[in-house]
Amino acid sequence: MRVFMLGWEFPPFISGGLGTACYGLTKAMDKLGIKVTFVLPRAVQGEHSTHVKMLSSESHRPITGFMDSNLPNTKFLTVDAALYPYSDEHQYRYQIEHDLAAGNSFTQARQNLPMANAGHYAGDMYSEVHRYAAIAAELALNEDFDVVHAHDWMTYPAGIAVASRTGKPLIVHIHSTEFDRSGEHVNQMIYDFERQGFHAADRVIAVSHYTRNILISRYGVCGDKIEVVHNGVDRSNGSNGDSSLSEAGIERDEKLVLFLGRITMQKGPEYFLQAAKRVLEVMEDVKFVMAGAGDMMHRAINMAAELGIGRKVLFTGFLQGEQVRKIYQMADLYVMPSVSEPFGIAPLEALNHEVPVIISKQSGVSEVLTHALKVDFWDIDEMANKIIAVLRHQPLQVTLRDYGNYEVRKLRWEDSAAKCARIYNETLVAV
Amino acid sequence: MASVVFYFQVHQPIRLRHYTVFDKSSRYFDDNKNAQICKKVSGKCYLPANRLMLELIRRYEGRFKIAYSVTGTLLEQLEHFSPEVMSTFHALAETGCVEFLAETYYHSLSFIYSRGEFVEQVEKHCETMKRLFGYEPKVFRNTELIYNNELAHQIEAMNQFDAILCEGADHILGYRSPNYVYKPQGCQKLRLLMKNYSLSDDIAFRFSNRGWTQWPLTADKFTQWVNKVNGNGYVVNLFMDYETFGEHQWADTGIFDFMRHLPDEIFKHPDNDFKTPSEAAMAYEPVGEIDVPHLTSWADTERDLSAWLGNPMQSSAIHELYRIENKIKAVGDEELLMDWRKLQTSDHFYYMCTKYFSDGDVHKYFNPYDSPYDSFINFMNVLSNLHKRCERPSIADESRAPALG
Repeated sequence: MRVFMLGWEFPPFISGGLGTACYGLTKAMDKLGIKVTFVLPRAVQGEHSTHVKMLSSESHRPITGFMDSNLPNTKFLTVDAALYPYSDEHQYRYQIEHDLAAGNSFTQARQNLPMANAGHYAGDMYSEVHRYAAIAAELALNEDFDVVHAHDWMTYPAGIAVASRTGKPLIVHIHSTEFDRSGEHVNQMIYDFERQGFHAADRVIAVSHYTRNILISRYGVCGDKIEVVHNGVDRSNGSNGDSSLSEAGIERDEKLVLFLGRITMQKGPEYFLQAAKRVLEVMEDVKFVMAGAGDMMHRAINMAAELGIGRKVLFTGFLQGEQVRKIYQMADLYVMPSVSEPFGIAPLEALNHEVPVIISKQSGVSEVLTHALKVDFWDIDEMANKIIAVLRHQPLQVTLRDYGNYEVRKLRWEDSAAKCARIYNETLVAV
Repeated sequence: MASVVFYFQVHQPIRLRHYTVFDKSSRYFDDNKNAQICKKVSGKCYLPANRLMLELIRRYEGRFKIAYSVTGTLLEQLEHFSPEVMSTFHALAETGCVEFLAETYYHSLSFIYSRGEFVEQVEKHCETMKRLFGYEPKVFRNTELIYNNELAHQIEAMNQFDAILCEGADHILGYRSPNYVYKPQGCQKLRLLMKNYSLSDDIAFRFSNRGWTQWPLTADKFTQWVNKVNGNGYVVNLFMDYETFGEHQWADTGIFDFMRHLPDEIFKHPDNDFKTPSEAAMAYEPVGEIDVPHLTSWADTERDLSAWLGNPMQSSAIHELYRIENKIKAVGDEELLMDWRKLQTSDHFYYMCTKYFSDGDVHKYFNPYDSPYDSFINFMNVLSNLHKRCERPSIADESRAPALG
């Protein structure tokens, strides 16, 4: 089995769940012996880790190839393209300007392309998505594969183009819909890209039943062609050993409740703060940590101040690698109050680090976790009730942590990859 | 001689309402849900089953006999929500063919945690049997058939019981058969009846299982199995939840018809009869002594206490509950005492069990909570309010409305 995979991000440049999922899945497929050509937008800019070996750097083309010694069956191709996960047009424009100022190479690269419409790309995500699709389609002609697998809307046009140029079956994978990101205020362009992808695909892979239902009810996709493949979790970055407590602002005898994720509407930061307020009415020695960055960060800081709990809430900004490990070691409880969460890998990672979790019922991960406390994201009192219970009752904390940690071990990327392989085979038989 | 001894456990807990850490009220119980479940089970099980038993007792003119153990927590609810069931129990009591057993009034695990409390609850249950049915219980069964030698000694020392019941678990009996009367280790006059779990479970659990090689189970097939006991035993102890009829096994499985025809088939063999537990215990001499040093129960394949005390939440909740016994009793407030006792019902701890949780077992069907964690949190919140009432009995009790029982 050979797969032309249109994915996102590659360590150490992972900014969120989408990149983690693409990488976890590909790594597991590699282990199962599936040959993957992994295409991702944006050049890896020089500073990749030592196990990465560059294949070619043809300066006249925006494509770079490399191999990773840990993934012998996978070939990586990066395309210089101004696409970023989780963008909307506003963020996109900001990112473009940022990159231009930094003098990145993609401007140079895209001028050498015949299909590029020089000068008018800035801020125009629509063109950029199509430009990426055209490059991918051209790229695919030199590759040998059985199926095309595209992850989230920005790669769907590329997936459609590759599939129609080569006649191979198209599988689109949905990690998050426009409704998850924007509530009812959807971006019509993005919605159309998503819908087109679902309808053009031979099979659709949804990360949860929760997401599958959205696809049926909001996008009119026939339920028969949507398969649910839950995400897994990578055990390798679990907790190990020593910790030094007493970081800035956190006393040893204080309990620590953690929010870790992008601070955006979708993740429900304001519900976390309102619950924190309720908790503090009953308990004193608790700190609430919001780890992450995002467009609602300033609003969240203001809100904490307005609620009068400013000195009890710490904002750390975006955390990476060792910092994440450290914050998990300090945390007594992880809360994910997401308004709409297609899956939610972070709670699995928290359990991996032996931190018990409270998750919103409006999440895909609640389908696979039984040893977690579950609340409706809007139910502030119940959220506070449960936070207090975990902080107060050691046996509850221990049971949730131990059973949850054990449960997470059963959620393996290998099983997700095997399910994908089965779906590939089915599309090949059907075609 | 094969004497069929039917004993039915009749129980419903008084379920807690959703109670958060922010609640201040001393109303802990969910009257709506309790009423709803009580009425539902009455309609599907208690009422039709009681009427069937009455019909059988009348048809066989005193030769068909059964026994019940009805918990205090259910009786309180029946009096409020399903008085028609109470009148059929009265009618059954008047036939003289029905024995009422003694247990802890609150269907509690008090034997393990507080002997004083245990004795008080058994006495309260005996008084209730006397008051409601004019019956003085002669046979004791403990919650979930939890049993060990010490329990037997305790019961013998209370000097009002002839016999006690216990699970006929393989690890207790070894090569021996449950179809005889035994004597508990170290007891002088108390006798022991042991559940024939194989024949009991054929009715209680396997009756409607189409994957079972013996399905469908008919009255004459079952009677053939009972008849096999003739010659190597005297009693066939069929102990089960009363909810087997119409609730665990729905009416359309034919469970009522099975029961309706069973006595006919049993009586076809001249050596067979029906006996109540106390009749059976006194009719046959004990054939040996049964030694049970460790606690056993009738639950699950393990026949142990892990369904109620198997995880840290369960043992913490129950320890916290019994830890405040002296405080509660020192206050001398009857309502406070009753609330504390209603929290002792074993079901509250059963809801916290994580054993069945992951495989979505049938046990979930009887659990009002989404998860064992929710049930623990709820219980601990209630317990914490109860505790506060001990310290400031008048202040904590802010909004007490007329409540059940």
